[in-house]
Amino acid sequence: MGSGDCAHDGRGGVKTLFDRLWDDHVIVTRDDGAALLWVDRHYVHEGSHHGFRAISARGSAVAQPALTVGVADHYVPTRERQAIADPDIARMVATLGDNAAAHGIRLFGLDNPAQGIVHVVGPEQGLTLPGMLVVCGDSHTSTHGALGAYGFGIGATEVAHVLATQTIWQKKPARMRITFTGKAGPGVGAKDMALAWIARLGTDGARGHAVEYAGDAVRALGVAGRLTLCNLSIEGGARCGMVAPDQVTFDWLRGRPFAPADFDAACEGWAQLATGSDAVFDREVTIDMAEVAPIVTWGTSPEDALPISATLPDPAREADPARAARIAQALDYMGLMPGRPLESVMVDQVFIGSCTNARIEDLRAAAAVLAGRQARVPGMVSPGSSLVKAQAEAEGLDRIFIDAGLDWVGSGCSMCVGMNGDLVAPGKRCASSTNRNFRGRQGPGARTHLMSPAMVAAAAVMGHLADVRPLLEGRL
Amino acid sequence: MTGWTTHQGRAVALPLENVDTDQLIPARFMSAPRSAGYGGFLLHDLRRDGEALRPEFPLNQPQAQGASVLVARRNFGGGSSREAAVYALVDAGFRVVIAPSFGDIFSGNAVNNGLLPARVPEAEVERLLAACPTELVVDLEGLTIAGAGEEIGFSLDPVWRQKLINGWDDIDLTASHKAAIAAYAEDRRARAPWVWPKV
Repeated sequence: MGSGDCAHDGRGGVKTLFDRLWDDHVIVTRDDGAALLWVDRHYVHEGSHHGFRAISARGSAVAQPALTVGVADHYVPTRERQAIADPDIARMVATLGDNAAAHGIRLFGLDNPAQGIVHVVGPEQGLTLPGMLVVCGDSHTSTHGALGAYGFGIGATEVAHVLATQTIWQKKPARMRITFTGKAGPGVGAKDMALAWIARLGTDGARGHAVEYAGDAVRALGVAGRLTLCNLSIEGGARCGMVAPDQVTFDWLRGRPFAPADFDAACEGWAQLATGSDAVFDREVTIDMAEVAPIVTWGTSPEDALPISATLPDPAREADPARAARIAQALDYMGLMPGRPLESVMVDQVFIGSCTNARIEDLRAAAAVLAGRQARVPGMVSPGSSLVKAQAEAEGLDRIFIDAGLDWVGSGCSMCVGMNGDLVAPGKRCASSTNRNFRGRQGPGARTHLMSPAMVAAAAVMGHLADVRPLLEGRL
Repeated sequence: MTGWTTHQGRAVALPLENVDTDQLIPARFMSAPRSAGYGGFLLHDLRRDGEALRPEFPLNQPQAQGASVLVARRNFGGGSSREAAVYALVDAGFRVVIAPSFGDIFSGNAVNNGLLPARVPEAEVERLLAACPTELVVDLEGLTIAGAGEEIGFSLDPVWRQKLINGWDDIDLTASHKAAIAAYAEDRRARAPWVWPKV
């Protein structure tokens, strides 16, 4: 662990978890406060081509190819993966392969049985571990904080810098703790916890902050739930999100392909990665789980989130004209009537997938709702990784989805971002387990409602936005 | 990247909150090489109905042509890390975006491309929005925006201010720390050998 640590037992000190991770990675700090940080793990994907081109133009090599890992996810097809039909997409996937080969970078390409979405594959392989600093040219790199790592998304110029130097310049963000007290009710999970805080604080509510999630309800989450919670940190504007590693983390990591050889010794060190009891945060937010119900988004920003039992907002009832205008614009884009119950909103299709909610636990939660039932609308299930897909098939979950009438497809970013051609058609409404309901996110004119995988399954079964809880009776 | 200290140009209003990166450049354009120019992708879907430009959209109006300063509402550039959102603004001729708040990753990307993300309090942004289109002078030394009959201040991280003024390239800056990086790497390998995965 870092030097100058005044904690005796890892919990009695004045440092936060984030302080420990930060201090542990500082190489130099300039007078103006910018610090040069060491990068333990750099994930690259097809979209990282700008960064590779930049270092090639300078004649630079990749400084630490062993610490750089390529994953094909953003553009990969989810069907007919052997011969990619679209030449632009084929070129993007091939370019990643070429760059990985040229620089000696480990690649989880389309032909790799462990291929998948970078934020699923990294943790799953044990390539992300507690105490690491993790970057990737993707904003959802905040996901990796679930294992007690400092993970954040970077742009292409920074990708080039990390490739060339294995370091990154950063200003230290402020510290924020979001504590979830109490116990999650039935049908309530990490997605609802995340949307609850983002709805309360806004999409820029945690801007400039490193968020640590704490409290009994966070401790009660498995690693999959923690990954979901940290994944969505960026949707509230946070620089990163993290959960202090504990026995749940260690049990989950043990035996992963890239876990340390001397695992128990590593765990002893990782157990020190915690916020001291005397540590002070720049900002504290507490959310009582008694107030967190299954949540869906209604608008075009993740902050437009309400409990499923609520009604759509009415701009006529808003005192602030700017806010009224924004609500009216969002409702107009979404094709929704003010004041109507959320449960009355009919959906055209569903999607279960993405780095947010496509791990095996997510698929099990959706399958628990869909088992023995029919989806009233078409939909697609894209597992978070090819290993998750194999696991789900071993458990028979694929049959549940297929028997319900949903398509069971390969792993990738798919319909969350639509780069691979998996699109929601203009004007169509999709209940989606993804992370962004931005205008056009799932395709031009697409209308996205974000929710948990179980709630997506409920929408599929009912044909409209629906409360999953009655559908879970007798099944939990 | 070349540095700059003052910029004079026409400001155009984009009176929207949460102009996210997916609005700034829809994902489907991001496989294009930068050499093709990203300006035409800027706010592509907001500017159009199908393929036809919406005449009422602010950036489509005649007075917006040649504008280099964009004024918008809170949380500009939230969302994805796509630097292509900045490429689209820069290639369309923008040098400054003024808003009450910005996405963190967007701001860093902007500065890395010489685009200033100037944070201005909400009330003053509303006044600027009302005054647009208008000629503004933005001064990085004094952190001021002058025009529309007044001078207002803006906030910017001092590290980013220096970077914009000097046109610094981070890779060049980092080269001077080569020895410290090598020493750190050796120490890191001793403390956390698992960071270097087995082949």
